[in-house]
Amino acid sequence: MTAAPAALKRAARALWPPVVLLAVVIGAWQLYTTAAGIDPTTLPSPARVVEQGWANRADLWDNTLPTLQETLLGFAVSFAAAWVVAVLLDFSAAARRGLYPLLVASQTIPIVAVAPLLIIWFGFGLLPKMLVVTLTTFFPLAANLAAGFASTDREAMRLLRSLGAGRLRVFRLVRVPSAMPYFFAGLRVSITYAVVGAVFAEYAGAEKGLGIYMQAQKSAFRTDLVFAAVAVTALLSVALFGATYLLQRLVLPWEQALRKENRS
Amino acid sequence: MSEGEFQLDVRGVSKSFGSLEVLRDLDLAVRPGEFAAVIGPSGSGKSTLFNLVSGLDRPTSGEVRVDGQVAFMPQKDLLFPWRTVLDNTALGLEAQGVRRKEARRRAGELFGAFGLDGFQSAYPFQLSGGMRQRAALLRTVVLERPVLLLDEPFGALDSLTRTEMQLWLADMWQRYRWTVVLVTHDIREAVLLADTVHVLSPRPASVVERIEVPLPRPRRADLITEPEFAAVERRVLDALHNRAAR
Repeated sequence: MTAAPAALKRAARALWPPVVLLAVVIGAWQLYTTAAGIDPTTLPSPARVVEQGWANRADLWDNTLPTLQETLLGFAVSFAAAWVVAVLLDFSAAARRGLYPLLVASQTIPIVAVAPLLIIWFGFGLLPKMLVVTLTTFFPLAANLAAGFASTDREAMRLLRSLGAGRLRVFRLVRVPSAMPYFFAGLRVSITYAVVGAVFAEYAGAEKGLGIYMQAQKSAFRTDLVFAAVAVTALLSVALFGATYLLQRLVLPWEQALRKENRS
Repeated sequence: MSEGEFQLDVRGVSKSFGSLEVLRDLDLAVRPGEFAAVIGPSGSGKSTLFNLVSGLDRPTSGEVRVDGQVAFMPQKDLLFPWRTVLDNTALGLEAQGVRRKEARRRAGELFGAFGLDGFQSAYPFQLSGGMRQRAALLRTVVLERPVLLLDEPFGALDSLTRTEMQLWLADMWQRYRWTVVLVTHDIREAVLLADTVHVLSPRPASVVERIEVPLPRPRRADLITEPEFAAVERRVLDALHNRAAR
């Protein structure tokens, strides 16, 4: 029972500096817009963004859901594909030689150019957005996972082989657990791209979603609502980022114990 | 199927890695239930010898014959931080395809004898050095393979814990009568634990002397102050130095 409040206390300690910094920035922005009398279509005050965002919450929510759906589905595909490819790279030297350079090269393809093409090919529905999310998040996940497998201690591999484990069993018993810290590092990098990827894909063409909402509000000179949508996007990203820590605690309970051991 | 009186018989084994000759014409024969210590200068190819005996590597020439399977315990304890102590000790069985539940049950039965009771669900980093080493040995022993290869198992422990662990190992060996090959570069450890001490030459290594340890069992800590103990230590030291000086 004492663990939970202690964890909360630590979380609070980690969170207050960015919260204070953010408050200062928002405060300065508020002061500037009020004092200088800036036209809200150019730069709305934070108070106005919140107020108008709240007034239009039904609309915002309506457009958040599709974005969230695209993000989660696209990321799920990316997640599964990353595991398949990383395992393939780990098991086959030929795949490592042949596939890995191509994966790296694929990262240089600008999504800006690809997203409109995906719309042409697959229409205005869910699929092209999912694909953009998958394309933007796949590489950091797969690359980190592959690096994680490769980081396995050679002595540990030798021990398992001497104990009679075959290749698959060695993989499951030591290579997968060894890769976990890398995997979570990759997960955090790629999840921050995921929401942005979905919003971007919607920019290229959609019926609903935060991306197309931003575009519509910009055209209507509702800069305040553009900012409100940006804030929602940021909140989604932060929430997903935070979720990776929760997942890590669930999957790797020993890390908590180790941290506690190191503190005492 | 057993040909002769030895559980482990290494005959005329040589091993080279490219132009580097590590073992040359090495002989090592160990009877069933014998505690053999292999001692030699560092870099004399003890680990290579272990790889050959445990079947991870093949000799360039010569023959390695083992009656039954070999269980290998490496220098580092190699307990996995993501597994609890119980899961770590069950790892060897799991590696052989025993179901997890069964593996845990069989490993768990030995916790009392290994002085690990109450630490089943602890993580390795919560254990002392001696306990980690006992857990690593349990992981090896639970496989019930007749031959144990121990590669400097107590090298990383402080001197007091090391002595304690040596006496504990002597006691466990007395109880279970495994055939043990212990690699060490601690003369006192070799003489305290072993029935026979096999002295290696510098690289390329061969066994230059096989010394019987005629000391009574069970062996106790105060044995090391006896003149008989010192006499055996002296012989091992001489064997090591004659060769090193050559």
